[in-house]
Amino acid sequence: MSDTIPVVIKAKLIPIYIMGKKYEVPETLTIMKAIEYAGYKFIRGCGCRGGVCGACSTVYRKPGSYKIMSGLACQTVVEPEMYLTQIPFYPALRSIYDFEELTGKPEEIFESYPELFRCVACNACTKVCPMDVEVMDYIAALKRGDIKAAAEISFDCIQCGLCASRCMGELPQYHIAQMARRINGRYLTPAAEHLKTMVANIETGRYAEEMIRLKAMNTAKLKEAYQAREMEPATGGEDWTPKEKIGL
Amino acid sequence: MKISYYPGCTLKTKAKNLESSALACLDLLGIEYAELPRWNCCGAVYSLSDDDLIHLIAPVRDLIRVQEQGFDTVLTLCSMCYNTLARANELMKNDEVKRGTINDFMDEEPDYKGAVKVVHFLDFMRDEIGWDKLRDKVKNPLKGMKLAPYYGCTLLRPGDVSIDKSSNPGIFEDCMKALGAEVVRFPMANECCGSYQVLGNPEAALKVSHEIITDAISNGAEAMVLTCPLCDYNLGHRQEEMLSRSENAKGLPVFYFTQLMALALGAEPADCNFILNRKISLEFLKSKNLLEKAYAQK
Repeated sequence: MSDTIPVVIKAKLIPIYIMGKKYEVPETLTIMKAIEYAGYKFIRGCGCRGGVCGACSTVYRKPGSYKIMSGLACQTVVEPEMYLTQIPFYPALRSIYDFEELTGKPEEIFESYPELFRCVACNACTKVCPMDVEVMDYIAALKRGDIKAAAEISFDCIQCGLCASRCMGELPQYHIAQMARRINGRYLTPAAEHLKTMVANIETGRYAEEMIRLKAMNTAKLKEAYQAREMEPATGGEDWTPKEKIGL
Repeated sequence: MKISYYPGCTLKTKAKNLESSALACLDLLGIEYAELPRWNCCGAVYSLSDDDLIHLIAPVRDLIRVQEQGFDTVLTLCSMCYNTLARANELMKNDEVKRGTINDFMDEEPDYKGAVKVVHFLDFMRDEIGWDKLRDKVKNPLKGMKLAPYYGCTLLRPGDVSIDKSSNPGIFEDCMKALGAEVVRFPMANECCGSYQVLGNPEAALKVSHEIITDAISNGAEAMVLTCPLCDYNLGHRQEEMLSRSENAKGLPVFYFTQLMALALGAEPADCNFILNRKISLEFLKSKNLLEKAYAQK
């Protein structure tokens, strides 16, 4: 059952241009691996390699087209003759605000990011987004004070900053959206009742004894306890409960 | 019939009483409407620079959204949105060169040629409902109310997007008469309220809005009706400033015309939304014995 690494015996080499310089790379690689194959070493601008951290955004163009395309280097496979560069960071403004002082009014976002109203609906942000977020639409929602809609539309944002890099109004869209999602979570969404119960359980020491027991174990014992833990059977059904009730 | 409805940003924040009352009217008149999905700001003002096409992108994109939804007409409430959308539409219809430039720039959208018709709530009432039918639907006539309809600029100018004759119009008066009100005409009904000058030169804006209010009062108005959130701000919400500067200045209740229309048609108090108006407006309704019908305590 050991993991196997598929070995490509003879991948075809294709030309790509990294920051204007031509390299021959195997056509099966992602942009990130192709850059490493070409001899570059990432010391930043490379995070999860799984398409969620937003650190490795690439902008590229294909021959014969004026279209600027985008993708995450760790998720996008190279194509012949593509011109590319990495934009690992964008120096967009991130406003400082005291979250505890906020009340959830749209005006608080307007005050933190007045440049919101510089948007002319050109849609360059949406076109460049590697996550296909409708960026212009959440900016439009915020302009009319609809924080909830902005939070929902921007949910897939990975904070890569490409939207800001293309914006003629110089908006830091991704930071504005993050503020909207924070406000939505804290002030506009009903608090989860079960969370209060769980926090109270922790504070009153319900799990203290179990934690002490676990912390006293060495690695081998921990592994053994983990393997032996009680699991819900596939046929458990809705009425199933574990023998040990402490976690409920 | 079913119509596409474009609200505009201000109706979702500072002018909720304009939207809720107008939509209640549509419901009571049996008009089906669908708020445009994915709309953006109309652009707020139509740019007067000849070579400033980027500011037309927002309104044109909204018009494309209307077409995308399969509608040929879009209904607006805010007169500023009406003006911006209608003028952008005229340009797309008539200026082949600029139309080409704009369509090329928005290469992710289908080409747009100005096929959508932009209407305002007032000309929609006149042309689709008609004053006679509107009069028939009135449950609480606005009897004994001396109302001054204030047009401002953007419903009437420039001429090619005017909802009525640009000078000496009568559409707003006809509408309020159909609701049972007594109409007061006053010379400054078509003058600018001060508009966005309130930001750069609030004194100049206050001067002209004060003159408009004084003109309406001296012609016998008991209240003013208007269609635009920015006019409402300059003429309504800045009245405290007017009063504090002039010894013999009098206040004047100001309403969105849709609020009084909703009241006349028998809408719920919550939809009339007078709770968002100033105290003087509520006192006026009380003096006409309409407060109970119009106002729900929160």
